[in-house]
Amino acid sequence: MKEILNLTALQLGAAIRKGEVSPVEATRAALEQIEERKADNAFTALTAETALQRAEAVGKKIAAGELTAPLAGVPLGIKDNICTKGVSTTCASKILTGFEPPYDATLVEKLDALGAVSLGKLNMDEFAMGSTTETSFYGPTHNPWDAGRVPGGSSGGAAAAVAARSCWYAIGSDTGGSIRQPAAYCGVTGIKPTYGTVSRYGLIAYASSLDQMGPLARDAADCAAVLDAVMGKDPRDGTSLDVPAVGLLSGLTGDVRGMKIGIPADCFGDGLDPEVKKSVLAVADVLKARGAELVEFTFPVMEYVVPTYYIIAAAEASSNLSRFDGVKYGWRAEGYEDLTDLYSKTRTEGFGAEVKRRILLGTFVLSSGYYDAYYKKALQVKGLIKQAFDDAFGKCDLMLTPVAPTTAPKIGESLSDPLQMYLSDIYTVSVNLAGLPGLSMPCGFDSKGMPIGAQLIGPALGEAKVLNAAHAFQLDTDYHKQSPVEKEAR
Amino acid sequence: MKITTEMVDYISVLSRLKLPQEEKEQMTGELERIIGYMDTLNALDTGGVEPMSHVFPVKNVLREDQVVPSFDRAELLKNAPKADEEAFLVPKTVE
Amino acid sequence: MTWETVIGLETHVELATKTKIFCSCTTEFGGAPNTHCCPVCTGMPGTLPVVNKKVVEFAAKAGLALNCEITRYNKFDRKNYFYPDLPKAYQVSQLYLPIARNGRVSIQTGTEEKDIRIHELHMEEDAGKLVHDPWIDQTKCDYNRCGVPLIEIVTEPDFRSADEVIAYLEKLKSTLEYLGVSDCKMQEGSLRCDVNLSVRPAGSAELGTRTEMKNLNSFKAISRAIAYETRRQIELIEEGKRVIQETRRWDDNKDATFSMRSKENAQDYRYFPEPDIPPLELSEEYLDRLRSEQPEMAQARKARYQQQYGLPEYDADILTSQKALVDFFEETVALGAPAKEVSNWMLGDMMRRLKDEELEPKDMKLTPANLAKLIRMIADGRINRNTAAKVFRAIFPDNADAEEYVKAHGLEQVNDAGLVAQVVEQVFAANASAVADFKAGNQKVMGFLVGQVMKELKGKADPKAVNQAVREKLGG
Repeated sequence: MKEILNLTALQLGAAIRKGEVSPVEATRAALEQIEERKADNAFTALTAETALQRAEAVGKKIAAGELTAPLAGVPLGIKDNICTKGVSTTCASKILTGFEPPYDATLVEKLDALGAVSLGKLNMDEFAMGSTTETSFYGPTHNPWDAGRVPGGSSGGAAAAVAARSCWYAIGSDTGGSIRQPAAYCGVTGIKPTYGTVSRYGLIAYASSLDQMGPLARDAADCAAVLDAVMGKDPRDGTSLDVPAVGLLSGLTGDVRGMKIGIPADCFGDGLDPEVKKSVLAVADVLKARGAELVEFTFPVMEYVVPTYYIIAAAEASSNLSRFDGVKYGWRAEGYEDLTDLYSKTRTEGFGAEVKRRILLGTFVLSSGYYDAYYKKALQVKGLIKQAFDDAFGKCDLMLTPVAPTTAPKIGESLSDPLQMYLSDIYTVSVNLAGLPGLSMPCGFDSKGMPIGAQLIGPALGEAKVLNAAHAFQLDTDYHKQSPVEKEAR
Repeated sequence: MKITTEMVDYISVLSRLKLPQEEKEQMTGELERIIGYMDTLNALDTGGVEPMSHVFPVKNVLREDQVVPSFDRAELLKNAPKADEEAFLVPKTVE
Repeated sequence: MTWETVIGLETHVELATKTKIFCSCTTEFGGAPNTHCCPVCTGMPGTLPVVNKKVVEFAAKAGLALNCEITRYNKFDRKNYFYPDLPKAYQVSQLYLPIARNGRVSIQTGTEEKDIRIHELHMEEDAGKLVHDPWIDQTKCDYNRCGVPLIEIVTEPDFRSADEVIAYLEKLKSTLEYLGVSDCKMQEGSLRCDVNLSVRPAGSAELGTRTEMKNLNSFKAISRAIAYETRRQIELIEEGKRVIQETRRWDDNKDATFSMRSKENAQDYRYFPEPDIPPLELSEEYLDRLRSEQPEMAQARKARYQQQYGLPEYDADILTSQKALVDFFEETVALGAPAKEVSNWMLGDMMRRLKDEELEPKDMKLTPANLAKLIRMIADGRINRNTAAKVFRAIFPDNADAEEYVKAHGLEQVNDAGLVAQVVEQVFAANASAVADFKAGNQKVMGFLVGQVMKELKGKADPKAVNQAVREKLGG
């Protein structure tokens, strides 16, 4: 493996600006590594040629001093539910086969303007519905640490590609943990920023009130650099927030003295794997050693977060996915008799089982006679969950929790019991319901050698605190520097 | 909450999905378990709690009434499974 | 048994904004299929709506003018259903918190006055247009109309006759035109009306089962559909059958309504709050500003015209019946033309031209400035009334300049007394027998002689002056 593959995105960016490495060399190295790691099945589409052309053009601009951003020329991968003009965007679903959006997502435009080089589209659970990247129409992605295990999901391709050194960073999306959980399973760092800080324009919606894009990368500093590039108000997204640029990267001091780290007891109870528990709590000790204070309290809404999340997410999904009907884009079934048959055939054959399950569930909770009992109830409980977070952040600056109850399960273990799979989202979904920033970072390995992730949750717009705490932890530990690729080589 | 195959039929029609018999029976069971689990929310007293559809108090996000040239039609139609040079095509729906 | 008809209306009105409700595509009528479209209004995956400021303003103005309570905190909801004219498979509308509620419109039928209660008024997006192409046996989806802003105004079931319905629609149309929030063109579909109708024994307090009628494209169609549906329902009940609650389509050619029911149309729209659009919060200051911008409505203006300009009630009534007439009238008067004179021209010659050419006042090309010019030429004695009427007719279709037209056609009045005297002389010489008749006592001959003189002068002389000259000559 080439040495540059082990650099962080920021290190590579610096080397490119110094002229030590060219974007074309970096792109070639990544493309070779992707080829080498083909069995991971992390990508749904590769754009090798355009990536090399773009790297060439970006390289010239960097040399001319026209592009100076920290990540200019650094190759990345983009999750397949983010619209890229003229490049296949399928949400890993049969129903969007061949869809090439006529426009770029705002985030893609922003990255382009700063000299990003996209290698292709990353595998995911179909329409981001799943926790394993096994529901992809393009087949499952494999965890680079153990090919027999899942990479997590739904941004499994993104997490696996970053872990396998196939790209320096990736853009994922997170509706109920889809950045954080695969980051944890694959031993990389990922952050879902505050709802509204990154424009959703061009992100194919799963659950509009919960969806948010964010980076998966080697460490917190890389994540900060990506967020600096993509955050900001977008006139095309009415839900995007008007927040001044804060300079997340420049704010990474590692100084956590006096910072209050909250440990919600309800997140460390039954159902949590003891090895995971131990590693996550050890994060507190590291931060404490750097001057942070630890605060323990109860967080009494944990048993309600999963049902609330699945009601709201499924309801919105049932509506958002109605537009996939074989008329305007994507795949259309053959042999239909009339319009209704065209709709039903296309959707029945075009969607996978998990997507259909959530569409039916969402249709049910919105249907006449059940709206109040389920959907409206869930919106009320969402209010209570938000309140619980507000109370918690009255007592602490950040919350520390696990990302998932276990490390990555084996491929084929999860899908047979959907409800059990939903329950494993317990630590991540509440963050989306409350719109808060949540970061996942490597904090250890279990006895099988699989990475363990810890989650830091901040108050709304608390990205700087979250990233700084993670950075502080990463200054004193090297879990984030471990690589499955090196492990294999040894 | 008991979920019947009739209920699954009803929501299937609403969502334009047509499950084969065997799948439908399995789905009915799965949905019953999932919806049964959602019933845990009933334990919470939410009387007087306002339903929260938007998590942040953002409001009045409006744009000016200024025309921007429309998109190239060919670009809008190029992804359609069936279209002619000016429109998306579907089986007969109107006389 | 005598029966009472109970009617409620749902009226969709297209707002006169330049752009669509959620994207910046034009709302212009017509255009080749799918040329007023973008990824947002064609429902491309990943796109998001952003609300047009003007739509909220127009909807709130309409709500205020219809005496509604404005919902200070209002929201959009999604209405979910599959149909190829709806590319997102949901229509963004307002169900739970519409922008305006509990309004009232007073109408007059004959001498009777009555209040119609407005249940609610909400904003929503229009759907596209489907056209079947028999050559390829496929239906074409044109999304130009998708996202055109509408308000839907729902009344309580307060109407008891077609006359009341028409009176309400006229009033609604006038109000919205005065506000400038819609041009209310029924033929272009910018005002569409669905009629909910039921019958019950006169005096009963209970409502019967209602049907909803769609595809009513003119006031005439509405009247006829109400008559038809009333009859149909009464017959059903009298035959001991039941009215089924359903949607029925009016067929103008067959003069009847037909059931639109189909098994796929389960009416379960699964409304829920639109997560992509933050709520609207309208401040008291904002509403105050809109209130202060409310124009003087028809009734007030009619009274003022009678008082300020001394116009007869009938004239004032017609002038204020349409905003386009009001605007024309006021602009012409503002240019210095006497109000009474302007009113006469508008109610006489203009109305005739509009009727003959089957034009709506708002589509007329003639400008107030041009009519004012014409009126000034009469006042200045440069053309006489008969000529003016001809000029009006000639310039009306394309707004040719009155002044230039008169010059180009040599229509200016002859004010040369010598020339008139000379022509009188000639006419008398050529019509000696007529002159003799007059002298023998046939007074009628005078008109003939005047006519002959006018004819010689090609109608360009002042009729009064000619009259005078002929009279003098006869008397002399």
